[in-house]
Amino acid sequence: MVWVNAIIQGILTGGLYALFACGLSLMFGVMKVVNLAHGDLAVVGGYVALGVIAVTHIPVLWSFVIVVPVMAAGGYVLQRTVIQAALDRGVLTTLIVTFGLSVVIENALLQFINANSHSLGVGNAIITDSFSIGSHIQIAYLLLLIFAVAVVVLLGLQSFLSASRYGRMIRAVADDKEAAQLSGIDYRHVFGIAAAIAFGTVALAGIGYGMYSQFSPTTGTDTILLFAFAAVVIGGLGSLWGTLLGGVVLGVAQQIGSQINVSDQVLAGYIVFLLVLILRPQGLTSRRAQS
Amino acid sequence: MTIAAETNVRSAENYRVTRSRRNVAWTGLGALVVVVVLALFPYIVYAGTTTIMVQGFIILTLASMWNLLAGYAGLVSVGQQAFVGLGAYFVLILALHGMSPFAALPVAAIGCGVAALPLWWLVSRLRSGYFAIATWVLAATVMLFIEKFSSIGGGTGMPLPGVTGYSPTLLTADTYWAGLAVTVIALAAVYLLLRGRLGLVLTAIRDDEVAARSSGARVGLARLLVFVVAGIGCGAAGGVLAISQLQVQPGAVFSVQWTAEMAFAVIIGGIGTIEGPILGTIVYIVLQQTLQSYNAWYLIILGLVAIVIALFARRGLWGLIDDHLHIRLFPVGYWLWAPGSGGRRGLRGLGRGGGKHS
Amino acid sequence: MTAATGEQTSAPLLEIRDLTVHHGQLRALEHISLRVFSGEVYAIIGANGAGKSTLLRTIAGLHTPTEGAVLLDGKDVTKVRPEKRAIAGIGMVPEGRRLFGSLSVEENLQVGATYARKGPWNIGRVYELFGWMRDRRSQKTSQLSGGEQQSVAIGRALVANPRVLLLDELSLGLAPVIVQRIYETLPQILATGLTVLLVEQDVSQALRVATHIQCLLEGRTTLQGIPADVTPEQVEAAYFGLGPAAPPAEAPGEEQLWSGSTPSSRAS
Repeated sequence: MVWVNAIIQGILTGGLYALFACGLSLMFGVMKVVNLAHGDLAVVGGYVALGVIAVTHIPVLWSFVIVVPVMAAGGYVLQRTVIQAALDRGVLTTLIVTFGLSVVIENALLQFINANSHSLGVGNAIITDSFSIGSHIQIAYLLLLIFAVAVVVLLGLQSFLSASRYGRMIRAVADDKEAAQLSGIDYRHVFGIAAAIAFGTVALAGIGYGMYSQFSPTTGTDTILLFAFAAVVIGGLGSLWGTLLGGVVLGVAQQIGSQINVSDQVLAGYIVFLLVLILRPQGLTSRRAQS
Repeated sequence: MTIAAETNVRSAENYRVTRSRRNVAWTGLGALVVVVVLALFPYIVYAGTTTIMVQGFIILTLASMWNLLAGYAGLVSVGQQAFVGLGAYFVLILALHGMSPFAALPVAAIGCGVAALPLWWLVSRLRSGYFAIATWVLAATVMLFIEKFSSIGGGTGMPLPGVTGYSPTLLTADTYWAGLAVTVIALAAVYLLLRGRLGLVLTAIRDDEVAARSSGARVGLARLLVFVVAGIGCGAAGGVLAISQLQVQPGAVFSVQWTAEMAFAVIIGGIGTIEGPILGTIVYIVLQQTLQSYNAWYLIILGLVAIVIALFARRGLWGLIDDHLHIRLFPVGYWLWAPGSGGRRGLRGLGRGGGKHS
Repeated sequence: MTAATGEQTSAPLLEIRDLTVHHGQLRALEHISLRVFSGEVYAIIGANGAGKSTLLRTIAGLHTPTEGAVLLDGKDVTKVRPEKRAIAGIGMVPEGRRLFGSLSVEENLQVGATYARKGPWNIGRVYELFGWMRDRRSQKTSQLSGGEQQSVAIGRALVANPRVLLLDELSLGLAPVIVQRIYETLPQILATGLTVLLVEQDVSQALRVATHIQCLLEGRTTLQGIPADVTPEQVEAAYFGLGPAAPPAEAPGEEQLWSGSTPSSRAS
């Protein structure tokens, strides 16, 4: 039964990982950008939330109302300026620029705030509680809430992409941005929208992470980025449900690893990630081979 | 005369192909002088300066390797810190078994080259972004794996044995010379490799991989060779790191910050040239020493400068110098001279790294 | 220049003036000029590598010329971005179809209609033009045959109600019978007031539908006129570069070899 609990914990954490990952997946799918600063953006979201809460005294659970739009707007601007400029100059430049951004963000956080860990304490007592099923399974309400939010966001994003006009434009630009131009679409603007969505979702995930756990300036690259990537790669590109599956597989692998040996939690996740990269780089849900 | 015969006669008579625009013998002599002067440093300067120089040697070696990978082979690795750490740990392990750390250095470097083989097999089929992430994950995995062994320090690390008999001055000097030797060998190796067949193959791959393959270039082998050489180089630098720090801590030797530093040095100095990493390392050390007391500032500035240069001066500081003065200290390309041009209007081809493959 | 049948009371709808286009160091087009008037079917023919597709791509804005100008309805659009040109009325069916593979037939048309101008064409009308399409509209375009994809690509350009339709090598990779059927829809397209500028390797097909014809060879114009006025021999000579229409034997690019040290510099 301990294993069942481990699996359930893994599934629930998988939701959070998927929320981290969907922005990464979107940016890679639409613009072919591997955003090495993605993890740091989640941490930025957490710090912005801290600041917003300190200034406006808004309840923690509602901080996303301000943080997410702000981060999304920031994402649009960053994409239209820096990232687009890097894209115009090639893959190498894009990797270097996003890596540079990651380093600058982390060290700026270290410099202007401090190296300590912070947490977004959750005020509401009910949320910090958990309920039990049987004697071995314990589910924290907060984790369950985060999982639910992740599923709702992914659902919303999926239907946005498949049914709306902008979603169609995004998919068209992802397929062939030149052909999209011939239909009157400014792909730079569409890229901006995709980045805005990515930054907004990762900020939301950062807030969730901050409520559930702690973050520090280096959490972005220590933890989040590689987990997000693992979820994308394991699940496969091109499908948000794949990203959810990838997150769940990662979460479960980590929990199983920690059952074997407490300190092997992260290692177990990485090993599964590497296995998928080597054996099936297109991921579990994709039918095409990785290009 | 037939057209073919006519062309052959014309080529033989009037066209010349040289390796460099000016006489490179002077540059070679100059390099030798520089190395000799550097070797004399422990006798001339304070210990504090040689310690900084050792840091510079480590970064320069790493930068040359990253430049080889990214600037010439098109492989953007964000995981070279794996080899830095492996090099440090190989030295540690050998020292624990009684070998002098200095003697262990070349063995550790070779060991990293061997370790590069299975790692390459894991990531070789991946491209650009996926490759970058895979190398990062690999490095993180290697670190986590090594941390499991308490006999070599576990998660907290341990001091480097085998140096207790040394007097401080001799140790500093020996560390310095080890660092200098590693750097000189690394630069020489990169220069010779790129000047030879490998350089041609890499340029061909960068221009058009499919065409290169169909012309018989062993693309996979070329990339493997580059990856292994980079592994050896980074491993050697890691060994020097262990010796200079007198301890090996996993968090320090496997930190992704090494990749940040070597990548930024290369980008700022000039990617795709051998001179670039040298210039970039100098900039890096100057910045680090100037902003020493401001903690994270030097990385912030380094990162911002690297971003600006990557966007607006792609060939880096050396590229700017080269554009105006047409200097190549380490010529790896070819110059084609038209008939009767008297050495004034040459056409430079090949050998220019980093130019097209972005 | 062109001697069109009938009167030209208005300015040309599309004009290219002295266009020179480079691909890096390679000169793809050299001093090309042409005028297309409303209602015409202007065909550009030539062998592979003659520069035909480059010309169309430059008109659409996907390529920047080194010299020269592109004018739409008298207005200089040479510096205008491709998406703005599309909205202004230049619609292109690109070489190789370039459909959005992960989208369905209908979604492809919907994307085409994103910034549609007012006009007779809409998705329903495209379904009428190509009878098979309505039933298969939910299928992913990657599952369609070449000819069907070509029809969807044309439809995607049509629903935006362009003023001038650029058709780039419709016959590419398609069986002659399919090509014939596609060109048979051309009259219906023209009847709605469109002007067509098309590029074709299939010379006989081009001659059959064109009101004006221009032949390119190695980036230069070797023939310009109306199909009725040119003989098959003249076309053949222009196409292959034989006889008086042939370009000079000495390739003009020789000078360029020595004129710069990098592909990106153009100093001589």
